[in-house]
Amino acid sequence: MESIDQELDESELELPAEPMTLNMGPSHPAMHGTIRMVLKLDGETVRACDVQPGYLHRAQEKMGERGTWQQFFPYTDRLNYCSPMLNNVGYALAVEKLLGITVPRRAQILRVIHGELARIADHLTCNGAMAMELGAFTPFLWYLKAREWIWEIIETQTGARMTHAYGRIGGMAAPDTEDFGDMCLTVLPRIHSVVAEGESLLLKNRIFLDRTQGVGVLTKKRAVSAGASGPVLRSTGVDYDVRKDQPYLTYNEVDFDVPVGEDGDNFDRFMCRMEEIRQSARIIEQSVALLKKIDPRSPDNEVNVKNPRVILPPKEEVYNTIEGTINHFKLIMEGIQVPAGEVYQYTEGGNGELGFLVVSRGGGNPWRIRVRAPSFYSLGAVSGMIVGGMIADIVPTFGSINMIGGECDR
Amino acid sequence: MAAGTIVIKKPRRTAADQSYVVELVKGLGVTFKHLFKGLNQMRPGGQRPDVTKMNYDEGVATLEYPEEKRPYARRWRGVHRLTLRPNGDVRCTACLMCSTACPAQCIWIKPAEFPVGHPSRGHERFPEEFVIDELRCIFCGYCVEACPVDAIRMDTGLHMTALDDRGSFVYDKKKLMSQVSQDGDQLTANTRPEPGDASHGGITRLKGH
Ligand code: SF4
Ligand code: SF4
Repeated sequence: MESIDQELDESELELPAEPMTLNMGPSHPAMHGTIRMVLKLDGETVRACDVQPGYLHRAQEKMGERGTWQQFFPYTDRLNYCSPMLNNVGYALAVEKLLGITVPRRAQILRVIHGELARIADHLTCNGAMAMELGAFTPFLWYLKAREWIWEIIETQTGARMTHAYGRIGGMAAPDTEDFGDMCLTVLPRIHSVVAEGESLLLKNRIFLDRTQGVGVLTKKRAVSAGASGPVLRSTGVDYDVRKDQPYLTYNEVDFDVPVGEDGDNFDRFMCRMEEIRQSARIIEQSVALLKKIDPRSPDNEVNVKNPRVILPPKEEVYNTIEGTINHFKLIMEGIQVPAGEVYQYTEGGNGELGFLVVSRGGGNPWRIRVRAPSFYSLGAVSGMIVGGMIADIVPTFGSINMIGGECDR
Repeated sequence: MAAGTIVIKKPRRTAADQSYVVELVKGLGVTFKHLFKGLNQMRPGGQRPDVTKMNYDEGVATLEYPEEKRPYARRWRGVHRLTLRPNGDVRCTACLMCSTACPAQCIWIKPAEFPVGHPSRGHERFPEEFVIDELRCIFCGYCVEACPVDAIRMDTGLHMTALDDRGSFVYDKKKLMSQVSQDGDQLTANTRPEPGDASHGGITRLKGH
């Protein structure tokens, strides 16, 4: 049988050139989170892209207004669920700023350590998933194995693997266990070796290098104008890190470096996160040493502020004295009375500047809680990174942004 | 660049990197090393690391759930239990603190008065019904923190299992009272004396002073 295109001229084989519209998502198996992208395609090249977030909107900010100030902690766990402790800390700091209290030193260091553990877990997940999208499944499994070790440490401290609800206004829900520091120090070298081993596979692999270098380029100007922060901004060469530029907690007492990229491509974002894992490990090591230096009898050693208007009384008092019981009931029923006012407190979250704007009209309930979710702003820069590239590069580029639906859409 | 920043350079690529084949073989070497290490541990009599403990050893890192289970941490928050008084009654006084503190609003309590003549009448109430919807619960532990008499706890070490229908996830008082802690304990740690005990203070206003 003769082939049907036998008579046809070469030029007539070209497909019609009008762009094709393709809906990617919201429930696409390769997309991170529930997000929709409307693409205009010319063959496999993306000509236009419309990113539409909002499919995971859960009215978290509104739900925060319903409860007491303390009751918002479980919601913060569900913002960036790859690094819940960073959100816990960010929110606690915001309300403490409004209350005008500073937590004791031990709580501050614990917050730093937990936050950095969460950051390592976040970056391991993001980089592992990005490698997996380029076909490298092995590093993904190794990185998740390492993340598991971190979750196990956090589980022994907080009582949950992911939805910790461990932060409290005025301190922490519980003091650290005795072996906390040692657990961290045991696991860090192991994480280093897993990270290095995964890197040794990826950075010598030409497919990985070719598909990350020069792909999804974000310029410095666009990153800044979109309001991007965190690894996405730093990969373009801006060395803005809240921990360094506006130190909070005990970050000014530890020594660490801020990795920056040069071109803002997928490779730089990947490597920024890799380097941040190492820097976070350095911070944890130094913080554990700081923790051991605290005099056990000094007030620095407490994890909660000494303020009965903020912190629940000790259980023994609640069981046996009427004053303790009344104090307990008032704090649970009416909540912490936060003076009227408005503060914005920003910290370095897993994806960048995580800010909480809290507004109080006095009383036990927040009037407004607004979350400045870093991945929402990074998302604004995405369409510019995708347009002009190939469809196949969308998924890794999008993965390198680390858009977390829970945080972006709230 | 300011001090304390590291600029990430693109790695230089050698001819071996560019050819792909050389590095492919090396990479396969790394992965196969792990494979054989794992296989060696899996063979009968092999030295497999104890995966039920937190283990950072090389080799097999997976658990064969549900045959193998990792014990949960002491602080881990599992399904709830209601603690008991030494005489087997429920410790809860139906003060509704837990249901007030619960962000998920998944606790429902029907309080009731003790009958006339009961030593506890006038001192406290008891829950006629106590229901927790474990499907709605977010396991935050606020109820445990809020309880003023140590009547509710989450130290059972049990996670929520898959059940047939939604109704089975709604735990009633009987079910909650039958749960035991990880140590097999059911009693409350509350040290407050019971009404009627010699050490109990009684109600001051009834003493007429
Ligand atoms: S653990 Fe949290 S959500 Fe669950 S019943 Fe207790 S307070 Fe409610
Ligand atoms: S479990 Fe505790 S907090 Fe809840 S009603 Fe009973 S006594 Fe009150």
